[in-house]
Amino acid sequence: MLLIRCPYCEEERPELEFRGAGEAHIARPANIAEIPDEEFEAFFFLRDNPRGITFERWRHIHGCGRFFNAARDTVSDKFLTTYKAGEPKPDLGAIRGDKA
Amino acid sequence: MAETAIVKADRREPMAGAAMANAAVTIKATAPMSRLSLRAGTDALPALSAALGLDLPQRPKQTAGHGDRAALWLGPDEWLVLDLSGADLMAAVSGADGVFSAVDVSHRNTGFTVTGQGAADTLACACPQDLRLAAFPAGAASRTVFGKAEVVLWRQSETQWHLECWRSFAPYVFGLLKEGAEDAVLT
Amino acid sequence: MSQSFRIAGKGRLSPSRGLRFFFDGKAYDGLEGDTVASALLANGVHLAGRSYKYHRPRGILTAGSEEPNALIGVTNSAARHTPNVRATVQEVHDGLAARSQNRWPSLAFDVGAVNSLGAPFFSAGFYYKTFMWPKAAWKKIYEPFIRQAAGLGTAPNEPDPDHYANRNVHCDVLVVGGGAVGLAAALAAAKAGASVILCDEQAQCGGAMRHESGARIDGRSGWDWAQETVAALKAMDNVRVLTRTTAFGYHTQNFVALAERVTDHLADGKGLPRERLWQVRAARVVLATGAIERQLVFGGNDLPGVMFAGAARTYLNHYGVAAGRKVGVYTACDSAYGAAFDLARAGVAVPVIVDWRHDVPEALVREAQDLGIKLLTGHRVVQARGRLRIASIAVAHRDGGQERSFAVDALIMSGGWTPSVHLYSQSRGKVVWDEATQRFLPGDPVQDCVTVGAGNGTDDLADGIAEALEAGRAAAAAAGHADGEAPVVHVEASESFAGGLAGDAGEIKGKAFVDYQNDVTAKDIRQAVREGMHSIEHVKRFTTNGMATDQGKLSNMHGLAIAADSLGRPIPDVGLTTFRQPFTPVTFGTIVNHGRGDLFDVTRRTPIDGWAQEHGAVFEDVGNWKRARFFPVGGEDMHAAVNRECRTVRETAGLFDASTLGKIEVVGPDAGAFMDLMYTNPMSKLGVGKLRYGIMCREDGFVYDDGVVGRVAEDRFHVTTTTGGAPRVLHHMEDYLQTEFPHLKVWLTSVTEQWAVIAVQGPKAREIIAPFVSGADISADALPHMSMAECEVCGVPARLFRVSFTGETGFEINVPADYGRSVWEIVAARGAELGACTYGTETMHVLRAEKGYIIVGQDTDGTVTPFDAGYGWAVSKKKPDFVGIRGLKRPDLVAEGRKQLVGLLTSDPATVLEEGAQIVADPAQAVPMTMIGHVTSSYWSENCGRSIALALVAGGRARMGETLHVPMPDRTIAVTVTEPVFFDPKGERLHG
Repeated sequence: MLLIRCPYCEEERPELEFRGAGEAHIARPANIAEIPDEEFEAFFFLRDNPRGITFERWRHIHGCGRFFNAARDTVSDKFLTTYKAGEPKPDLGAIRGDKA
Repeated sequence: MAETAIVKADRREPMAGAAMANAAVTIKATAPMSRLSLRAGTDALPALSAALGLDLPQRPKQTAGHGDRAALWLGPDEWLVLDLSGADLMAAVSGADGVFSAVDVSHRNTGFTVTGQGAADTLACACPQDLRLAAFPAGAASRTVFGKAEVVLWRQSETQWHLECWRSFAPYVFGLLKEGAEDAVLT
Repeated sequence: MSQSFRIAGKGRLSPSRGLRFFFDGKAYDGLEGDTVASALLANGVHLAGRSYKYHRPRGILTAGSEEPNALIGVTNSAARHTPNVRATVQEVHDGLAARSQNRWPSLAFDVGAVNSLGAPFFSAGFYYKTFMWPKAAWKKIYEPFIRQAAGLGTAPNEPDPDHYANRNVHCDVLVVGGGAVGLAAALAAAKAGASVILCDEQAQCGGAMRHESGARIDGRSGWDWAQETVAALKAMDNVRVLTRTTAFGYHTQNFVALAERVTDHLADGKGLPRERLWQVRAARVVLATGAIERQLVFGGNDLPGVMFAGAARTYLNHYGVAAGRKVGVYTACDSAYGAAFDLARAGVAVPVIVDWRHDVPEALVREAQDLGIKLLTGHRVVQARGRLRIASIAVAHRDGGQERSFAVDALIMSGGWTPSVHLYSQSRGKVVWDEATQRFLPGDPVQDCVTVGAGNGTDDLADGIAEALEAGRAAAAAAGHADGEAPVVHVEASESFAGGLAGDAGEIKGKAFVDYQNDVTAKDIRQAVREGMHSIEHVKRFTTNGMATDQGKLSNMHGLAIAADSLGRPIPDVGLTTFRQPFTPVTFGTIVNHGRGDLFDVTRRTPIDGWAQEHGAVFEDVGNWKRARFFPVGGEDMHAAVNRECRTVRETAGLFDASTLGKIEVVGPDAGAFMDLMYTNPMSKLGVGKLRYGIMCREDGFVYDDGVVGRVAEDRFHVTTTTGGAPRVLHHMEDYLQTEFPHLKVWLTSVTEQWAVIAVQGPKAREIIAPFVSGADISADALPHMSMAECEVCGVPARLFRVSFTGETGFEINVPADYGRSVWEIVAARGAELGACTYGTETMHVLRAEKGYIIVGQDTDGTVTPFDAGYGWAVSKKKPDFVGIRGLKRPDLVAEGRKQLVGLLTSDPATVLEEGAQIVADPAQAVPMTMIGHVTSSYWSENCGRSIALALVAGGRARMGETLHVPMPDRTIAVTVTEPVFFDPKGERLHG
């Protein structure tokens, strides 16, 4: 069972309190009603599913209830960092550098 | 319309009288109380705090209390306000300035108190959070899971906890608490 | 001749604490503290089981959890039978009943042993090769054969009567292994002030000190030091010592699962949990898991009487039991000498020590001489001989030459010690090959853990304890604890564990087992390589080496060494297979622990549930909810009850408990704007005090949920969802609110359980509730269909909805849940006076189907748009945005010929279609037919006097009046396509 740091609760909590919510940083187009099919396909259906570092959404559903974002390595299953919804993608080089 | 001879409904709590005790822990269903799910941005907090007569806490896991009333931080814009006297909390906040959401959840939740040296061990039978004093000090509160139920835990003192769950989860939670208590007395 | 192999004055068990147990029905005497293995050995019994494939007689090999042979069934009652228990772990208690496995009719005479005669037939890869063809033979011949042969032991048929416990626990330092090294680590961490958990799988801590008689620590024997240290640790508030507790799973972020066996060693569990699962989260883990002795690979190395040297020494020094009267020794490692010397000093004849090595430390040679033991260095055991028990060993020089025979009744062996890196490996740490000592050792840890002692390749006791003291102190410091001075432990004497041999040595006569439990021989491994298995992963799967429940604890190194030798490649190039959880088998009871019976899952009941139970309701499960399905009266079956309920609602009225409906309060100045985005309907236009049926889509345009939405105030909506959809709808709404529309000032609160909901439906609904309503005018004009009032019902605050899911005049009374039961009783009593009934979900389903109202998830399946369902009217054409607006324009969703919801009427009105049945246009077409739709809802409608059905049919609305066909196994049913409304098509009754 993972421990996940909730950026709102500011501490690590057991995975059981969380729910994954798919890839992060995919913004719903403001003019969604007008976008062409290809753009809708890219927005709604297509996902990267990389081997390695992925940005994903989580919700602390049984805790503070907040959605937040995480950078996680799909190979080691390790979280590199978590950050609040709406914040930009963090500089992972700097994070890994800090830890080295 | 017949306005006369209204038959008055009576109140029946789901866990009325539920209790168990052993050498390590005592569990009791709490009496009815007023409960408010309060949601607000920081701008509304001074007015809401004034209306409720306590300082709504703004840090994770914090609680604030005054008399029969307590406010538990559940999220960055969410508090569970409890009032043991049954005061009308909706009325208390209704006139407060600012943008907020107040919803009466008095009947939604059911409470238990879990008291004794084995209280934390009792909860640890199904709660994965770190319940050691350093991580969960007296006065702290948190929403979490207890087995398959979502609960709110409030540590009122080193050995006394208040636990809340939705009413239909209460028999399950009480059953699990009893098993936890039976094991807590052994270890 | 009871316990004739027990040696007076040896061991640590008290001779006055006798007890009696049964093995295969025969009574034996033992002592308190014995394992089944040690007690059987005390009685001279080595034969404990039969092997898996060849049904070979097998004895007791080890004295620990790595035991592959002596697997027994332990029976306390019919329901309390546990198969595959290691006799070397199971402690004896008075009256314990154990039996051998994998034999018929008896252990000594086993018919299955003919498998051994067909041995060439059962060689490696046998299953893969033999059962390929003919295909027809699978079901009748191969499968029954495999099923009978496969598996060990028998599972009980009755529910497990025991209970199990669980504890989540957090600590600074978890020490796995309570040997001298683990104890030192725990002591150092605990003295520094850290919270420490120490676990050990044995009944007592002490580890190798159980057998290692030469160790002296702080002026005491190693064993005494260990016991005193345990006592000191137990006396500390910050330490929890768990014995009989196996760390079986090392998971991510130092999450380690421990299984504590609480009652298996007791004659009477006295209501204690049988086992307890400890889910430990440790800041740092210290692995003091030691090393596991491995066998030597020679013919007959599985005969009863053949045993590990360390085990024989444990039986002698701890249990006071001699492995035999004339015990031969075969070793490639120094440690077996200690066993030989201890046995000799205890008066057991030791005719020979056969050492594969040419060079043996001088001190050992001298001591063997002093004790009069013949020592043959540079020799090997060619074969162990005997039938149900070893009788002699054939010994030859390593390079060949004349065989010499020695008569023995036991042979103890040591092929060296394999560091137990299982948990380290489970933690995803990579092992590193150490060329000098020919073994795999832990490399750089991936998690916050450290391995100390023999598990880390630190064989010397003094070095291991020093390493552990430092690791314990460092672990505490990392958690912020550095109290006092670091403890000092002096190791005055210890023994050598140097040497070892991996793989087979020279020509083999007979079967030389690498994996005892799966009956894999050295020859099998070599054959696998010859047949092209060049990866150790392939060798493992082809031979099943290391795949038994002992997880290759004994066999992995040998298998690898033999495969490497066959391949002519160095061992580290061939690689090591992965160690997986669990370290030893774990009962299902421990894994599910409290989650059994009533606590298996949450059973949710409404405030009115008790009334329904008292009034004979039959319930059904809807998600976690129990819902009253129907209320039979006077022996009615479901059909009769539902017909009566359906009729009564339309003729008079009925009460229905709708409390399970999901309810969400949407509050804030932007509530209307948010609701516009979440629902296809224009919710911001809804007037205060009005209700609207709403449809919620996903972004792809498919129906996600539906429900009635009430506007309580300008900034407050009371939203209802389907019963099953409540949690996911709230999650879906929160997702959009928090991440796509965070600028909106609105909040969502679940109030599902705040309100009990009593639906009163039917022509007399108003008459029934009127006397109890105050503060609102509920006349048809003042409170028309799809409006609401905040008022009092039975003197308690209520939200009264004028709404209908039946097509009748209807009200839904929302009252605070604690009042629900009482309000229901009051209203139901008046309803009964006026001839109304109570009805359940089945009647609700029929009545709504008569009106063509859909149930999301029944009439829709995640691929149905509002337009497909005939609810296009609920989709706003004017709103600039809502979730699903773009999805609904996708080419496939606007294409012709989509499946659309229609009604179906069978040509024979008495025929009720099966839900899920497929629909075809031409029943005469060839199979497989082209299916154009399926039945989603189907009922007998008492009010229509015939069957009715809803269906999704391709291009359905253009097929009105068309005849279609529903092929069934025994016949084909003709149906006519109709509008999906069967009762009161104009909807006049709603407005009564």
